Amino acid sequence: MERSIRVERLWSWRTFFLQWEWLLVLIFIAVNVINSTLSPYYFTADTFLQTPMTFLDMAFLVLPMTMVIILGNIDISVGSTVALSAVVMAVAYNAGLPMVPAVLLCLLVASACGFINGLLMTRFKELSSVIVTLATMIIYRGIAYVILQDQAAGKFPKWYSSLGWGSVGKVPIILIVFAICAVIFGLLLHKTSFGRKIYGMGSNLTASRYSGVKTDSIIMIVSVLTGLMAGFTALFLTSRMGSTRPNVAQGYELSVIAMVVLGGVSTSGGKGRIAGPLLAIFIIGFLNYGLGLVNVQAQVLLIIVGFLLILSVLVLNVRFRGRYQRSVPSASKKVAAQEHPNDNTP
Amino acid sequence: MRRAASFTESFRELGLLVFIVVICAIFQVRNRNFLTLENIQDLLTNTAILSIMSVGMMMVILTRGIDLSVGAVVAVAGMVSALTVQYFRGISPVVSILEAVAVGTAAGVLNGLLVARFNVLPIIATLGTMNIIRGFTYVISGGAWVSSYQMSRGFKEIATGEVLGVSNPIIVAVVINVLFFYFINHMRTGRQIYAVGSNPEAADISGIPRRRIVWLVYTLMGALSGLGGVIWVAKFASAQSDTATGFELSVIAATVLGGVSIAGGSGKVSGLILGTILLGILNNALPLINVSPFWQQAIQGIVILAAVLTNVLVKRNSQRFALRRRAI
Repeated sequence: MERSIRVERLWSWRTFFLQWEWLLVLIFIAVNVINSTLSPYYFTADTFLQTPMTFLDMAFLVLPMTMVIILGNIDISVGSTVALSAVVMAVAYNAGLPMVPAVLLCLLVASACGFINGLLMTRFKELSSVIVTLATMIIYRGIAYVILQDQAAGKFPKWYSSLGWGSVGKVPIILIVFAICAVIFGLLLHKTSFGRKIYGMGSNLTASRYSGVKTDSIIMIVSVLTGLMAGFTALFLTSRMGSTRPNVAQGYELSVIAMVVLGGVSTSGGKGRIAGPLLAIFIIGFLNYGLGLVNVQAQVLLIIVGFLLILSVLVLNVRFRGRYQRSVPSASKKVAAQEHPNDNTP
Repeated sequence: MRRAASFTESFRELGLLVFIVVICAIFQVRNRNFLTLENIQDLLTNTAILSIMSVGMMMVILTRGIDLSVGAVVAVAGMVSALTVQYFRGISPVVSILEAVAVGTAAGVLNGLLVARFNVLPIIATLGTMNIIRGFTYVISGGAWVSSYQMSRGFKEIATGEVLGVSNPIIVAVVINVLFFYFINHMRTGRQIYAVGSNPEAADISGIPRRRIVWLVYTLMGALSGLGGVIWVAKFASAQSDTATGFELSVIAATVLGGVSIAGGSGKVSGLILGTILLGILNNALPLINVSPFWQQAIQGIVILAAVLTNVLVKRNSQRFALRRRAI
C-alpha cells in the first residue's frame, strides 16, 4: 500500500528542500556559527564530541516519545519514571545488591512503569493518555518520595560513573549508546511493519483496528519501550550526577515533548520522522552550550525554546499546510478534508 | 437515555461527596481537631487559589483545550505586582489586584491568539508560552526574590485580611465560583462554551463564533490565574521566579477529579467544587493525621487515579443499564 503512494509522489528538488528537517539543519548551522563567533575555541572536533555528554541523557526519552506522539498520544510520566527507577536502583545498591543486577533492576522498574501506563491506556480506552499519565506521573514520583524521602542516595562503584563521563577513544560512551538506540528506533519506525502500523494508528485508529492491526499490543509495546528508555535516561543521569534524589528529572517530560514537536512531529498523530527530533536535540543542546559560553542565564534558554516551539508549529501550520495537513486541530482538519475529498495520501 | 446520563452525573457527584465525608470522618477519628472551624477555615483558605483557577481550567477543558501555562502566569502576575509594591510602597491593594489581573489577561490573550487564530494545538501553544512566561519572570526579577519586608501591609492583607471572620481568599473564591456558575449555566456565551466543546463543527454551522469563544476562554483563564497570582504572593509574602512551578498539574487534576471530561463538552461547576475540595483536603489535611509528608504525593496520585477509573466504570455500567432497559 505504501509502495504505490511512494510512486505517485514525484521526486523533485523543490519538494526535497521544502522539508522541515532542512530548516532544522539551517537552524543547527546558525547556532554553531553564532557559537563559534562567541568563542574562538569553539569550532573543534572535541567540542562536538564532548558537548553531547552534557545533554544526551534526556535525549533517550525523545526517541520513544516520537513514537508516542506519532500514535497521537502523549506521555507526561516519563520524568517521574526516570526518578523512580533511579531511586530504586540506588536504594537497592546501597542495600547490598551488586551494581549489575541493580542496573538491570532499574531498567526493569522503568519498563514496569511503562507497562502500567500501557495497561491503563488499553483497558480504559475512554481515558485520554494525558489523564492516565498525569495520574501515574504523580504516583511514580510519589513512590520515589516514599522510598527515599528527602535524602540522596549514591556512592556507586567507580566504573559506573564512567558510563556517563567515560569515552572510548575520543567518543563518549553515552554518544555511542545513544547513536545505537537512535538507529534502532529509526529502523523500527521507518523500516518495519511495526513502524508503519504506528503511523496508521496515528492517522486513524479505528480504521487500523478494523484492518486487523492489534492496536492494543502496539500501544503496549510503545509504552514499555518508553519506560525502558526512561530507564536508560535514569542510568546515565545518575551516573553523571553521582547520586540521585526523588526530585531528579523534574519537568523532563515537557522538554522532551518540546523537542519532539520542534522536530516537526505533529501532536495530532500520524506525521513526522525520527530525523527531526534528533536534530532538535542537538539544536537545543548546542544552543544551551553556546549560551553558557557567554554566561546567559539558563532561563533565557526557556524563552528561546518557547519561541522556537511556537514558531515551528506556526510555520508548519502555515507554510507546510500541504505536506503537514494534520498539524492543524481536528475541526479545521475535517474542513480541509472536505475541501480535498480525494487527497488520501498520508 | 437522558435520565441515565443525569443519573450518572448525580451519582458521580454523590460518590465524590460520600468520598469526602468518609475521608473527613476518618480524619476526625484520627485527629479530634480536624473538624474545627479554625481548621476548616485554614483548609479552605489554602484551597482558594486552586478553586479560583480550576474554574478557568474547567472552561478551557470544556472547549477540548488545556492550559499548561497557568503556573507560569501565577508567577509572572505575582512577581509584577510584588515588584510594583516594592518600588511604590503606598500603592493601593486594589491597584495591585487589577495589575495582576491585567498581566494575567495579557498572557491569556496571547494563548487565545495562538490557539484560536493560528490553530496551534492547545497543549503545544501553552507549553511554549509556559516556557516564555516563566523565562520572562526570571528576566524581570533578575532571579531575585521579593520578600515579606519589601511588601506593604495592605498588599499582604489581600490574602491575610478578613471580612466578618472569613478570610479574603475564601470570599474571592466563593464570589468567583458563584459568578462563573451563573455565567456558564445561565448566560448565552456560557452555554456556547459547551456547544463548542461537544461539537465544534455543529457549533460553527449553528453560527456560534467558535474562535471568539475559544479566545475568550483562554483570556478568562489568564485573568483568573493573574488573580490567583496576586493572592498567592500576598499569602506567602514572597514572590519568586519559580513560584507555582507544577501548579498547572494540580489545577488540571482538580478539574478532572471534579468530573470535567478532558474530551470536552461535559462537566459542572458543582462537581468541580467537590473535586477542588477533595484535592484541598488531600493537600492540607494529611499532615494533621500524622501521615508522613513523603506519602502525600503518592496518596494524592492514587486517589486521582481511583476517582478517574471509578468514573469510567460507573459510566460503562450505566450505559449497559440504559441499553438493557431499551431492549425490553
